[in-house]
Parts: sequence; C-alpha cells; structure tokens
Amino acid sequence: MSSMKSSVTPLESVNEFVIKFANVNGTGSASANNLFAKALFRMGLPVSPKNIFPSNIQGLPTWYEVRVSEKGYLGRRGGVDIMLSVNPQSMPQDIQEVEAGGYFIYDNTKPLDLRLIRNDVNIIGIPLTRICNEQYQDPRQRQLFKNVIYVGALAALLDMDFKALTELVADQFKGKEKLITPNIHALELGHQYASENLKCPLGIRVRSADEVGDKVLLDGNTALGLGAIYGGASVAAWYPITPSTSVVDAFEKYAKRLRIDAGTGRTNFAIVQAEDELAAIGMVIGASWNGARAFTATSGPGVSLMAEFLGLAYFAEIPTVLFDVQRAGPSTGMPTRTQQSDILAAAYASHGDTKQVLLFPSTPRECFDFGALSFDLAERLQTPIILMTDLDLGMNDNMSEPLEWDDSRRYDRGKVLSAEQLDALDDFGRYLDVDGDAICYRTIPGTHPDKGVFFTRGTSRDEYAVYTEKGEEYEKNMLRLLRKWDTIKEHVPKPEVTESAQETDSAVIYFGTSEESSREALDYLAQDGVHLNAMRVRAFPFNDEVKAFIEKHREVFVIEQNRDAQLRTLLMAEFEFGPDKLKSVLCFDGNPISARNIRKQIKKHLGGNVLPLHKTVAASAGESA
Amino acid sequence: MSYQIPSFRHPDLPVNDLGYTRADYEGSISTLCAGCGHDSISGSIVKAVHELSIAPHHIAKLSGIGCSSKAPTYFLGKSHGFNSVHGRMPSVVTGAAMANRDLLYLGVSGDGDTASIGMGQFAHAVRRNLNMVYIVMNNGCYGLTKGQDSATADEGSASKKGDPNPFSAIDLPGMALQLGATFVARSFSGDKEQLVPLIKAAISHHGFALIDVISPCVTFNNNPASTKSYEFVREHSEATGTVDFVPMKEEITTRYHAGSPHEVTMHDGSVIHLNKVDENLDPFDRGSAMMTLQRHRDAGQILTGLIYMDRDSRDLHDVLETSQRPLNTLGESDLCPGNKVLQTINASLR
Repeated sequence: MSSMKSSVTPLESVNEFVIKFANVNGTGSASANNLFAKALFRMGLPVSPKNIFPSNIQGLPTWYEVRVSEKGYLGRRGGVDIMLSVNPQSMPQDIQEVEAGGYFIYDNTKPLDLRLIRNDVNIIGIPLTRICNEQYQDPRQRQLFKNVIYVGALAALLDMDFKALTELVADQFKGKEKLITPNIHALELGHQYASENLKCPLGIRVRSADEVGDKVLLDGNTALGLGAIYGGASVAAWYPITPSTSVVDAFEKYAKRLRIDAGTGRTNFAIVQAEDELAAIGMVIGASWNGARAFTATSGPGVSLMAEFLGLAYFAEIPTVLFDVQRAGPSTGMPTRTQQSDILAAAYASHGDTKQVLLFPSTPRECFDFGALSFDLAERLQTPIILMTDLDLGMNDNMSEPLEWDDSRRYDRGKVLSAEQLDALDDFGRYLDVDGDAICYRTIPGTHPDKGVFFTRGTSRDEYAVYTEKGEEYEKNMLRLLRKWDTIKEHVPKPEVTESAQETDSAVIYFGTSEESSREALDYLAQDGVHLNAMRVRAFPFNDEVKAFIEKHREVFVIEQNRDAQLRTLLMAEFEFGPDKLKSVLCFDGNPISARNIRKQIKKHLGGNVLPLHKTVAASAGESA
Repeated sequence: MSYQIPSFRHPDLPVNDLGYTRADYEGSISTLCAGCGHDSISGSIVKAVHELSIAPHHIAKLSGIGCSSKAPTYFLGKSHGFNSVHGRMPSVVTGAAMANRDLLYLGVSGDGDTASIGMGQFAHAVRRNLNMVYIVMNNGCYGLTKGQDSATADEGSASKKGDPNPFSAIDLPGMALQLGATFVARSFSGDKEQLVPLIKAAISHHGFALIDVISPCVTFNNNPASTKSYEFVREHSEATGTVDFVPMKEEITTRYHAGSPHEVTMHDGSVIHLNKVDENLDPFDRGSAMMTLQRHRDAGQILTGLIYMDRDSRDLHDVLETSQRPLNTLGESDLCPGNKVLQTINASLR
C-alpha cells in the first residue's frame, strides 16, 4: 500500500498538528485513542484530546480530536491535518474536513469509494480489518484490537516513541497483567505493517520534548469531585445527567478510598441518588441548613428544574453548592455537545428578584480550587454558589497544573453561632445585620436548648424570621440582600487580565473554556497587526475590576459559546454599558470554540479582510463560523 | 380564632423528665380557621413529644406549602423549623437527616402537598425508608386557594361549593404500603386517644413512619356531601385496634400478659401493645395490611389505627453505612485527606 499522489505539497510539521479519529461508538475506540494521546503527553508534548460523541450507546459516529502543540496551545485550532477514519458511515464528511495537503488514513480492507477521493489530500490505506481477521478468531477481539493496531501504525507514521506506548499499556493494565502482552502485540502488528508498507514518517511527525513539566492530564469533572472531597462535602445528592454524571462518580470513587472511618469502616459521607433534580437540590439545601457541606451536580435541564429551590436558598439565605456542567440547550438540545449557554438562566435563577453567584473555572486545576472554594463561599455568603463549567472542560482530559492543597488551610464556616456564643448573646435575630456587611448570623438545629431557634421559610419575614407581609419589612430585607450582593463582589475570584505587547484601546473578554482558543487567536491577531488586551472573567457578580477594564477600552469583544451573547447581556444589565461598546464573538454549534473562528469573527468586526491561516486554499471546517 | 396567646399557665402544669411543661412544646398562636382539624393534630403532637420527654431542640419540624404546612409554626416553638417549597419537604428532610442522624425529623404535609405536587418526593422518601415521622393533615381539599378538590378527595364526594368529585381518590396508606413503607397508620384529628399513641409509636419507629390523619376543613369541606367531614369520618371509621405505647423506662413496671402476639419492642427500647386487633389483620404482614385496607375501602369505611409495621426496618443510614457520628460534626481532620494524598493522585494522572 502506498500513498496516493497528492496534487498539493503534503503538510509538514513537527509537534504542531491536529489529528482526528473517526470511530463507531461502543467499539472500544475511546481507550485506544486515549492511549495515543497520553503517550504523546508522556513524550513531553502538550496535548488536548477532545471526545466528540453522540447521545447514544452503540453504533453511531464518534470522533476524538487531539491537538498536539509544542507551543502549548490547548484549545481547538480548527481544521484537521490528519484524519484517521475507520467508520464508513462518516467517511464522506471526514475526508472533507481534512486540510489541503493533510492526510487521510483509512481501513482499505474494502476499497475506498472513488467518489470520496480528494486529490489535494494524501490518502493512506491500512488493511485493519484484514489484519484482525488473520490474527484473531473472537469477534470482540477483532473489534477491540483494530483500534490498538491503528495506534501502533500511527506510532510508525508519526515517529512516536514506541516505548512510551508499551509502558503506558503496562501501567494501564496493572492488576490485569494478562491483557498487557496481547495489547502490546497489537501495537506491534500496526507498527510493523506501517514500517514495512508505508512511507514513514509522514511530513507531520512528533519528537520528544520537555514542555509538560509536572502537569497532569485530568478531566474537569474528576477535578470537581476531588474539590468537593477536599472542600469537606459530606453529603452529595444528584440525578444522573450528561455531562455532569462523572462529577459525583469521581466524588464517590475518592470518598470510598479517602473517607472511610478507620475505626468502624463506616462512611464519612452520604451520597443519595435522587428521584429528580428538584429533589437533588432540596437534599443539598436540607443538609446545608443542618450544618453539613453538601453539593449537587447537574446540567442545563437540571438547572431549570432547580430554579424554585434556588430562589428559596437565595431568599432564606441557605448555603448551597451546585456544579453546572453545561451542554447545548435549549430543552434537551444536544446532550453530548458543549456550550456556555446557562449563564443567564443560572445568574437570575428563580422567580422574583433573585441574583445568584456564579464561578467560571477554565482548567481542571481551577475546577478543583473553585470546587473547594464553593463550600467556603456558600457558608461565608449564605447563598447558592453555582459553579459553571461545561462538557468540554468536564469530560475531556485537559492538561493542567497539578492539584495542590495547603494543609494549614481551615474551612471558612462563615457566621455560625455556637452554644457558647448564643449563651453570651441577649438578642438573636436570624436576619439582623449585626456587622453591617448584610450577612447575618445563623444557627444550626440542635445547637442550644432554648436559644437561637428560628423558622426558616420562603415567605417574607422580619429580622427575627417571623412571618410578615408588612411592605416596609419586606423591602428592608430585599434591600439588605442587595447590599449583600456588594459584599459578595469582594469575596469572589477577581478577573485575570493579560496586557497586549503593544498599547491598544481594544480588548477581549472571555471566560471558562473559551480561554485557550482565545489566547491562541490573540497571537494570530497580533501577527495580523491587531493587538488586544484580554480579561478572563472568573465570577458573577462582576467585581469592580471588570467594570474598570471595560471602561478603559473603546471597544470590547466578548467571546462566548452560546447564541445570545449571554455574558455580554449580563455585563450590559449589571453595568449599563451600551451595545455599541461590547461586540459579540460567538460559537454555538456544540463544538468547542476554535482559535481560527475567533480570529475570523474579530477581523470581521474590524472590517478587515480575513485571509485563511494556511497557505493552501482550504474550505476547512475550522475556518468557517 | 384568638388574636393573642394567653400568657397564663396553670402553676401546677405537669413537667416531664426534662423539667419541661407542655407550654414548652407549644408554638405561636394558630392563624388557621377556628375548628380546623390541623390545630387538633398540633395539640396531639405537643402532647406526644412532651410525654416522651424529647428535648425541643432535638426535633426539627419541616413542611411544604399549604394550610397543613403552616401548622409547624403553631407547635414546638423551641424547635428549628423549615417551611420549604410546595411538595418538596421530603427532599429537604432527606438532606437534613443525612447531615445529622441524631435529631428527630417531623415532617408535616397536606394532601395537595403529598398526593399531588409532592407525589414523587413522597414516594421516594418512603422507598428510601428515611428515618422520619411523616404526618399528612388530610382534608381532601385545597384550603389556601379556597376549597378545590385534592387528589385524596373520594370519588363522589363534594366540597361546600363543588360538584361531586369524578376522579378516583389516592389512598396514601395503601400507596405507602405498596411502596414498601415500614410503618403505616391512619387516624382522625378528632381522636386524640388514638392519635397520640400512634405519634409516639411513629417516633420510636426506626424508619419512615406515615400517619395519614383525616383532618376536616371546617370552611370548605365539612358539608354533608363530603366524605372528609367530621360527621362522615366519625360514622365511617373502623379502628384496627387500640395502641398502647410504653416508653422504655416504664416497661419494667407495666404488666401485660407475656408473649402477646401483638407486643413489639421498638428500636429505642420502648414497647407498644396492640389490643383488640381486627382478627383479619396481621399488622406485621404487608399483604394482610393491604388486603384489610382495601376491604374497608370497598365497604366505604375508613380504616384507622396502626395498619402495618416492619419490626426489622433498616433506615437509609443503615443502608448507606454512614458514620454513627453526625456528618455535620465532622471537621477538616475527618474530611480533608491532605496534600500528601493529593500528590499521589497527581502522580496517577501523569
């Protein structure tokens, strides 16, 4: 088998490329693809794998896109340099996605449909099915090892360190030693075939580097689960929903290991799988009211269902921690595709005048840090804390700073009165603003035989928690909650500002998973002569720094992954900026936003010509919005 | 109704083992209608917990929304209370009970709050066997919104202004039995003799204890065409038997004939004696309880009293094997594994 002749120069690159795997879901491809990505990571190369999967268990197309970048770009770039396609269902689409000069690798046991052939792409065939049929009798083995064989072939084609792969196999199957030899054998089959029959390596290849340091490869949901462990959560209540399910899975996995009482073998945690999201948040509120740290994790549809309870927790001032792993809405939307589209629904969750605190982590390390911080903030501020992540961050392995915990750190339990403090107190009013920061003292049930008791309610009440419909009492309480909102601004994480190398009066704002692609786009734009300052917003309410940053600039592009420019709307609503100052850069097709897309939209706003980044004329997916 | 709660108390009010009088278990003055069955139930709750000598601050009272759910304001003024959202009290209790296994959780709900909007949460609290007492103040109608039929209104029953209800009624004890409830009773707000010992037994029960209390709505549903009126309930009630509740400390001095088939030692050491039990009912057999309930329903009778009890009940904490120490008392040393462990986790992610 040899490469078909391409009419354009084959792409050449060392350690900078995008490879995409097109598979059928339920065939075991995910673990083989993960093996490939992690081996590159172990070669010291920054990688960013993204699983693009259907809402389905078996039989539909699924993709796995790996960004390899020695420069450290971890967002989606846009476009595909190498496509490894083993799914005939998606082949017509897959081959179209390849950049001109790129490589299309496919299973040529059956001949390629001639109508699919592009003469500007290098087409490489590997008879995967034939090799498997010759080697294996068991149909399941034929299916599983096909994936491992193409990883072995890629090792030859990309000049990978084969030892990194075999060592990884040995690590992954620790405890199941019987599986090590057959997997290594399958890798060797692929490697051997490619070495003997194909021109190796390709123009695109890898070389060991030292760009990873002590970083880890970790998904945001696992980091959040660990954040809840370290943050001291002892009660978790949840209802299964993609893409948040693995948050509680991770919490449970680590709790079973790290939260067992040594003396009795009993658990220092309780996890309740609720009947729905309403019950899940109700349980969190009940547990928090009763003095335990509790959380739930959900996605958009769950946030909608939780809205009534979120209003209760806001109004009755009950610490509540909610992790929202966003997916594409509205309604059921695209359950396995990413978006940042719950911003407004979460910020103003519930009827009446409500405002909710939001945190926007953008890396697994920040998921861990903000996850743990949520519990301190919820108790300090006595209000719901909604941590907004998304499918891209939550379910994909992201290269991240290692997790750290300061052992001298103590949990901030906020204003909770002990029995002794109650004894020393003449006058307890649950909603009395004693300190002038609009945060009042609370008591935990069972603390004192006859002091500090109050009735928690979602109805209007006075400062002593007694039911009232007096307009002035209601108004006083609502205005105190608004003053509390100002206090909150001082407690939530401040934005991160990156100044451009050259002075400029224009800027971008982004948050969460738009960070990596935005940083890369800014580099491209700088090459194009467009210089922009940048601010990453990390929380709502917006701190004063956010306002000052916007005021300082003439024009600000707000980059986000939803249709309606929700963060921009929130900025306009909270600060009364005009629409002419804030311009939208949006992506809402369910894929993580790409650097090329951001560059293109900003250039369009600036009225400039948008030339494709590649020298070749590519109508590639990444260049279009 | 009165506008002020009288501050005068009889100087010789009996005190319980903790030195509390009944007044220590009362709440604010009720704002429900004069003659409301709910106020009688509140009185029975006060009497039961006072006699059981439970410290008020060891009780948490929780409710949803509706007339019934307002009731917790009118009893146990020294206990923490939580008036949550409509139909969602069970989830709030679930969380609270997970956080602190040592308090007594008293859930108060109504027929709308339980059998309509809160049906899902009620069902799941039952099947998790949450350790709580769940009292339904059941009047077959929506009081706060002026008398619409609720899901427990009997077919053919009519409220003051309404037409006869065309829909089948939800029978909460029957449903709870089917869902696996471990303690099921029904009573009548006007029958304190029966209700008080049932509340005590429910408190002693280790698991989910449902008491469905028919509690007539004097304003909207106490008319002759209603099957939830005082008169109808009095005429059509059929008790399974009477219940005597004997707290643990008194058991030694009380004489009952030994080996009575209907004598049960509760989780906390108390004993209940079931007397004059309907000979067709075995209250420790779920099938028998379901059949007896249905037979009475078919005959147009309201079966009251203890209907079923599982003597080997395992509550949610037993199932989850949660620490005996309340989770809300755990601190950093119990909860946080520390940085050294985190570094080994980091190592596994490279």
